[in-house]
Amino acid sequence: MKKFLAVLHARNMEFLRDRSALVWNLAMPFLLVMGLAFTFSGSNKEIYKIGVVGGLEAMSRSATVLQATQHLKFIEYAELQVAIDKVKHHQLDMLIVVSGTPKYWINSSSPNGYMLERIVWGTEGQKFQRQAVEGKEIRYVDWFLPGILGMNMMFSCLFGVGFVIVRYRKNGFLKRLKATPLGAFHFLFAQLISRLLLIMLITIVVYSGCNLLIDFNMQGSYWVLLLVTTLGAMCLISIGLLIAARTASEEFAGGILNTLTWPMMLLSGAWFSLEGTHAWVQQLAQVFPLTHMIAATRAIMSEGATLSQVMPHVWVLALMSVVFLALGALVFKWE
Amino acid sequence: MSPIISVHNLVKHYPGVVAVDGISLSIPQGICFGLLGPNGAGKTTTIEILEGIQLPTGGTVLYKGEVLDARYREEVGIQFQHTALQEFLTVRETMELFESLYHHTLPIPELIELCSLGDILNRDTRKLSGGQRQRLLLALALINDPELIFLDEPTTGLDPQARRNFWDLVKLVKSRNKTIVLTTHYMEEAYALCDEIAIMDKGRIVSQGTPAQLLSQHFGDVVLQIPRIDSVSKLPELGLSVVDAGDMVEISTSRLHHTLQQLIENGVNLDRLRIRAWTLEDLFINVTGKQKP
Repeated sequence: MKKFLAVLHARNMEFLRDRSALVWNLAMPFLLVMGLAFTFSGSNKEIYKIGVVGGLEAMSRSATVLQATQHLKFIEYAELQVAIDKVKHHQLDMLIVVSGTPKYWINSSSPNGYMLERIVWGTEGQKFQRQAVEGKEIRYVDWFLPGILGMNMMFSCLFGVGFVIVRYRKNGFLKRLKATPLGAFHFLFAQLISRLLLIMLITIVVYSGCNLLIDFNMQGSYWVLLLVTTLGAMCLISIGLLIAARTASEEFAGGILNTLTWPMMLLSGAWFSLEGTHAWVQQLAQVFPLTHMIAATRAIMSEGATLSQVMPHVWVLALMSVVFLALGALVFKWE
Repeated sequence: MSPIISVHNLVKHYPGVVAVDGISLSIPQGICFGLLGPNGAGKTTTIEILEGIQLPTGGTVLYKGEVLDARYREEVGIQFQHTALQEFLTVRETMELFESLYHHTLPIPELIELCSLGDILNRDTRKLSGGQRQRLLLALALINDPELIFLDEPTTGLDPQARRNFWDLVKLVKSRNKTIVLTTHYMEEAYALCDEIAIMDKGRIVSQGTPAQLLSQHFGDVVLQIPRIDSVSKLPELGLSVVDAGDMVEISTSRLHHTLQQLIENGVNLDRLRIRAWTLEDLFINVTGKQKP
């Protein structure tokens, strides 16, 4: 324990005293959140999003004219309640159910819903039964916040841990530690905990600072949010440790890290929703820990999801963390 | 005296290279043992195997008569040739970090005094001079109060004054009955510090003994240097041990009076004669056939 605490303390000091890196770690996500909040503070979307329950084929039979209308995007949903919740939170402008009695749902306070209702009447007459739901709008800033914070955590965890260990190996510091009784597991665990503490601290500071200015929509429990983000960070750090376990070249490590971060950045739902994309894209996205972290944090913040509701994501993140950390410790080489 | 560390028939192969080719040696407790050799001779590989950092391809390493185990890391001190420290830590914090990695340690104040670190305790380790940095690295090597200490080229890059200060420190450490295994590029350093040396070449030990023994084995007591133009025509007739040294010729002799008389009687001009003792550098070149590493 003494060895672990000593290495943990030393790494924390190294990070906190590197002022330029610390300021950048704090400022970058803050500026990104504020910048995007400002940029997208006007109209959220350029097209209308309509959820469909009952199948797109059935939809094309029962609402041919509507489906041929331009600037409408139809997204198929299997579960009615999921789709209704999205209408509640203004994530869908309208929901159409084509199985059984044809119905549509709109949010009473949504201007887009109002416009779409007029379009439906104009194209399909009165054959759909009207249903209205109430619910607070989820602003785009509320939607992308988990993505921005998740991405910042991803970069900090992967590059912050991966590059640091590769640098230690390259400059001979790991070789010096190898000559002491310190074990590989103690060393790696200290690196994991150090980065975890620091990234969580930074994320909490950034979230709190932005929240003072933007007042984020938070429907769920902060404790569940903390659990999910902590597990997500642990999982990403474990991947960083695994990549750095044997690599002695910063260029090589950088290449691998970029190969991992770009698909995660694009396909984990950080910038845009994958709803409506090909099934294989959505399946591929499930491989990335960032997908699970962002999906769970969005569910907690926007929909008030409870721990039991996000448990599938929690299990995936916990399992990935254990596997990557164990693999990293197994293949780790000091030199 | 029983050896503190010994190696038997040590072999280390890398792909296509035999770095260490069956060396055996025993190092008694309490001495400073020097491992010398040209670049690529295998001395760093040998010392890293002794340190337990590398595993040999063949042969055995015994510490106090037993094979190396986890206890070994607790009991030896190592100062590597190239090493970096955790950044943004002070000298004191770095010592505290390494102190925490061992069960048994020397008190930090004692180490601070021994290695003269009092003035730089709160200095960032990135801002230390070469000499200060080497003193800190030595303190880290001593932090677990080891009986056996490895110093791999500890004074490379230091100015002459800092080097001599470091020698004083090593002598102080040795006076505490510590065993030191030293590699160095400086023959005068080996001569000043080492009780016994081994010279390696091409993965083998080509010469081993105390510096005095080796010098007397390989050379006469002194060397006479005479400009070539003053001597060249006469020397071949005198039956002396003569070596070419550029503009000079060097005559090795253990009978100085007799040799001088012989040169005078044969009319050799001794106005520009210089007399010097043989050094380890001469020995190094003699046994390896190379300039010093």
